[in-house]
Amino acid sequence: MTALAPAKDQEQAATVRPGVRKRPSWLGSAILLIGAVYCLLPIAWVVAASTKNGSDLFTTFTFAPGTGFFENLGDLSSNGGGIYWQWLFNTAIYAGVGGALSALVSGISGYTLAKYRFAGRDAIFNVLLAGVLVPGITLAIPQYLLLAKVGLTDTYWSVLLPQIISPYGIYLARIYAAAAVPDTVVEAARTDGAGEFRIFARVALPMMVPGLVTVFLFQFVAIWNNFLLPFIMLSSDEKFPVTVGLFTLLNQGATVPALYSHVIIGSLLSIIPLIVLFLTLQRYWRTDLISGAVKG
Amino acid sequence: MSAAATTGRQRKGTAPRGVPYLFLAPAIILFTLFLLLPIGYAIYLSFRRIKVSGLGLGKNARTEIWAGLDNYRNALGDPELLGSAGRVLLYGLVLIPLMLGLALLFALLLDAPRVRFGRFAKLAIFLPYAVPGVIASMLWGFLYLPAVSPFNYLLSAAGLPEPDPLNGGSVFFAIVNIAVWGGVGFNMIVLFTSLRAVPGEIYESAQLDGASDLQIALRIKIPLLLPSLIMTTVFSLIATLQVFTEPLTIRSLTNSISSSWTPLMKVYRDAFSQNDIYSAAASSVVIALVTLVLSFGFLRLVSRQAFGGENR
Repeated sequence: MTALAPAKDQEQAATVRPGVRKRPSWLGSAILLIGAVYCLLPIAWVVAASTKNGSDLFTTFTFAPGTGFFENLGDLSSNGGGIYWQWLFNTAIYAGVGGALSALVSGISGYTLAKYRFAGRDAIFNVLLAGVLVPGITLAIPQYLLLAKVGLTDTYWSVLLPQIISPYGIYLARIYAAAAVPDTVVEAARTDGAGEFRIFARVALPMMVPGLVTVFLFQFVAIWNNFLLPFIMLSSDEKFPVTVGLFTLLNQGATVPALYSHVIIGSLLSIIPLIVLFLTLQRYWRTDLISGAVKG
Repeated sequence: MSAAATTGRQRKGTAPRGVPYLFLAPAIILFTLFLLLPIGYAIYLSFRRIKVSGLGLGKNARTEIWAGLDNYRNALGDPELLGSAGRVLLYGLVLIPLMLGLALLFALLLDAPRVRFGRFAKLAIFLPYAVPGVIASMLWGFLYLPAVSPFNYLLSAAGLPEPDPLNGGSVFFAIVNIAVWGGVGFNMIVLFTSLRAVPGEIYESAQLDGASDLQIALRIKIPLLLPSLIMTTVFSLIATLQVFTEPLTIRSLTNSISSSWTPLMKVYRDAFSQNDIYSAAASSVVIALVTLVLSFGFLRLVSRQAFGGENR
């Protein structure tokens, strides 16, 4: 039951429900198409605008293509000694490493909460879960002040560390572990004399991979999209993620309009990796995990 | 079980005592360091203030002292904070029904048997989820500029007056639009996935009883979606009260957005531009409390209405 590519049998279940007239609903289809156009509009615009040079941007029709794409790309690359590529690299590090560590911590925590009975289990789970409701962004300022005390602000760590803990990820991993790792398998491994960590790493973890990929993707996107935390934590631009970098470019653009072209092509390049990631990993978007099963 | 139970080692979960705590240690340590400690520190700071003695010069002229409830009194009486809070509540009242209503409409249409272009529309509507808020705000921000906007181009070609969404009161709706655009797809997918979890037999029997697609949607599907709708509402509520990125980005393109347009923008300005971390801390504690009260309040309210008849 993946989000974007429902299994074939489900697709068929929808079309062969008995008693259904074959006549398509044009009103419904039209509404969906309008929604699709609305959602694609800014993306189509940024593709078109990235091909225009600075003067065409404000003079030619919005969606008319220009001839300045490679010129813009060159300008962006040479701006600040190629700092844009550094931003993109930083974002990949923050989101990739942060997402992977988050999935790992969520995985072992979710597994433990699902498969062990121990004193304080419910209390620990409830406290962790309450973290979902804490407005994460309001934490950024006290996090900054605390990290400033230990001299960690304006380092990679200051953006990476706070985003490893994901109450939501632990919640998802717990649900997934409960469903995907049978108690009998854990017990059999234990009877064979395997140590607890070995059972987790060699037996449970492989079974949890699809669920943990979902956790990774959610956290990857959350970190990639996070603006406030790096915006507060970082002051040197060579450590910026691409969102903060483009934001500073946009602000300079108010006085140097030529920078608008950089912002536009930079925006386009920054969303391409995520869109590619979406399309390739779409079968792992197990939103059924978060939607809460609806009982029939 | 009885023989194994006495040894303790082989019964599920009773194996090595400390192991669960060891496995949970990374999560607990990180949770403590990056959630509990910052919350505690913010609360502590919210009760402190700087006392300036003399002219504020010299080494010991500025000392941190206990402030009691002063910071809270100031925050709750601050017209700027109250103004931004009112604006964000209004923003949520417009945004959440609009965004979730559209998400619900699209999810129901995707699930309806006679609708075409489903796969394409689903992908297209979900795509904005991949666009960070800053980038989304930049794209829309440019599209709002009268010199760039395709709508203005068409309107002026038709000789009609051109709107300027970035100026005056309409900037409010300009920002609502960015949030709808960014959020509708994700919520649609969550609701759609819930719909797919419903066994088809329910619809079959309804159809045999002569129910139309519309009746099935209204009478069967929407009630079944209630738990998912509640969850998406709570998450939207939490996100709404923290709105920061979109107005901050749009601010670069217009003069209509103040530096305290939303509560979080004011907290940011107090803490970093005005170096008043104490009142910033008090304001963040108030925002966090309001968020918690609203989320829990909403959950309680709807769970009584939706599940009142069940023993939950």
